[in-house]
Amino acid sequence: MYTIRRFEESVRELFTLGLIRGSTHVYIGEEAVAAGACSALGTDDYIVSTHRGHGHCLAKGGKLYPMMAELLGKETGYCRGKGGSMHIADPSIGILGAVGIVGSGLPLAVGAALSSKTLGDGRVTIAFFGDGASNQGTFHECLNLASVLKLPLVFICENNLYAITVACNLSTSVADISDRAAGYSMPGVTVDGNDVEKVYRTAKAAVDDARAGGGPTLIEAKTYRQEGHWIGDPQVYRKKAEVEDWIKKDPVKAYGKILTDTDAFTAKELKDIRAGVDKELEKAIEKAKKDDFLSPDKVTEDVYS
Amino acid sequence: MTTYSEAIAAAIDIEMEKDPSIIVMGEDIGPQGGVFGTTRGLYDKYGCGRIIDTPISENSFVGAAVGAAMTGLRPIAEIMYIDFITLAADQIINQAAKVRYMYGGKVKVPMVIRTQGGAGKGNAGHHSQSFEVLFCHIPGLKVVMPSTPSDAAGLLMSSIADDNAVIFIEHKLLYNTEGTVSYETIPLGKADIKRTGDHITIVAVSHMVIKALEAAGKLKGQGISCEVIDPMTLSPLDTATIAGSVKKTGNLLIVHESVKAAGTGAYIAAEVENEVFDYLDGPIGILGAKFCPIPYAHPLESEVIPQTEDIIEKVKTILGRNR
Repeated sequence: MYTIRRFEESVRELFTLGLIRGSTHVYIGEEAVAAGACSALGTDDYIVSTHRGHGHCLAKGGKLYPMMAELLGKETGYCRGKGGSMHIADPSIGILGAVGIVGSGLPLAVGAALSSKTLGDGRVTIAFFGDGASNQGTFHECLNLASVLKLPLVFICENNLYAITVACNLSTSVADISDRAAGYSMPGVTVDGNDVEKVYRTAKAAVDDARAGGGPTLIEAKTYRQEGHWIGDPQVYRKKAEVEDWIKKDPVKAYGKILTDTDAFTAKELKDIRAGVDKELEKAIEKAKKDDFLSPDKVTEDVYS
Repeated sequence: MTTYSEAIAAAIDIEMEKDPSIIVMGEDIGPQGGVFGTTRGLYDKYGCGRIIDTPISENSFVGAAVGAAMTGLRPIAEIMYIDFITLAADQIINQAAKVRYMYGGKVKVPMVIRTQGGAGKGNAGHHSQSFEVLFCHIPGLKVVMPSTPSDAAGLLMSSIADDNAVIFIEHKLLYNTEGTVSYETIPLGKADIKRTGDHITIVAVSHMVIKALEAAGKLKGQGISCEVIDPMTLSPLDTATIAGSVKKTGNLLIVHESVKAAGTGAYIAAEVENEVFDYLDGPIGILGAKFCPIPYAHPLESEVIPQTEDIIEKVKTILGRNR
């Protein structure tokens, strides 16, 4: 969670400096969802991520250097600089890719789970998406399809309370998105998305059930996007006091406190771990900055196999 | 003799027997065998695990085919009418076509989207359209349109074996046509010269090949010799075969069923123009549908779609003008 937080803070800085371009969405405040959910998966299991996907990729085992190189557009990035922030993929560790269109990743996740069922490979897929995507047709089609085919799939809705600028309660017919699971004959659970252990336990139960042939589950993790939708979002649609209230419930700080309060780690151990992350991140950024862009004469490579 | 729809079912069967990673997904393709019989017998042979009747949810089952293709399967997704493909446009255009590129070549998308289009049976505006050129516009997709039973089988076998997303477009008026089928693969990206001739090259697409051959037969009696080329694969287009023919004949007519505006003919003409310009006796002719939705009533439908007589007339106009 700390790694994701620091990665995103660096992304914000590099974006402001003009080194990262385009549409870049940071995950600050939502780290407990990716960290808790991906901890319930093995390396071979699949995830499908979203436009706000850096956290999912890091939690699933994505490496800082090729991720940062991709965001900086470099040849050494995960996608050779062709994907950028919204399209990071590493199928070798089950990251089937981030998707830039809201709700568009859900069918891909259904397909990955269908492969696992057909091939009998025992893998489980997690589909990450937001509250906005739960109003797309794909969400409803995919819950139905996954349910009738009884696929090893866990739908994780990160309800960060805003679909771009529109509040969830103004755009969504239910208070709890997990209620929608009932329409598709699957379990629906709402969990505190800022509590990493609760997310983990909920995801683990759903993943285990899916792996055992029990079919899909819909988990709604209620969390909060502490930053704007995009870097530079003036955020006219919400009050500062609301943001401040949620910052008080910051998942990274909260879990750090739990770890030291319960003597899982001493304050020094935690500080050292975090210093190690900072150092590794700094090295990744410096190295990626020096890398080359893909030669423009290779721009049409990878269109076809 | 084998019909076009039987050839398709048999080609799928041949490939499924060889490769257990091939699955078929779509509406009414299971026990029903598809509304045009193109999956007949497959459910009984392969069962519901590989022949999957899906809900009527085009965007999600096509997208599921993309996800399955990325993770080890070789899916064939069937869209009953090409008109319904618009529901799956996001998954085809934004995912199937692009994931390989966006992810820096890290994934393959070995899948086929089989569908059928075209007018001629009074199915009106939502069941008769020709959308091939929409997909020729999208990098990452291949587009195939066979006109005979043997081409349908051979091209489908190659499409299934291809590691890219292939849009395979059949024509509803061709399903009952018959022919001898060899079940030998036909490479994608290669055109076929259906009839040789000297005065004009007619490039005809899908069902228009039948009409172009009919027109060529009638024109022969009037002393006009037509060469008829079926591109078979529209993307990538075999420009060399078309250009080679035009260099010989000096005249080019392109006939298709999509509307003429920004249509298949405009695409083919633009692809070959540089190569053939110096050999042309006059402008390239294009015959396509009128800029109009497909109407229901028979005389109206026939008016919108190019007919054999229209091809004959257009050939005479081109040759009359160019001579």
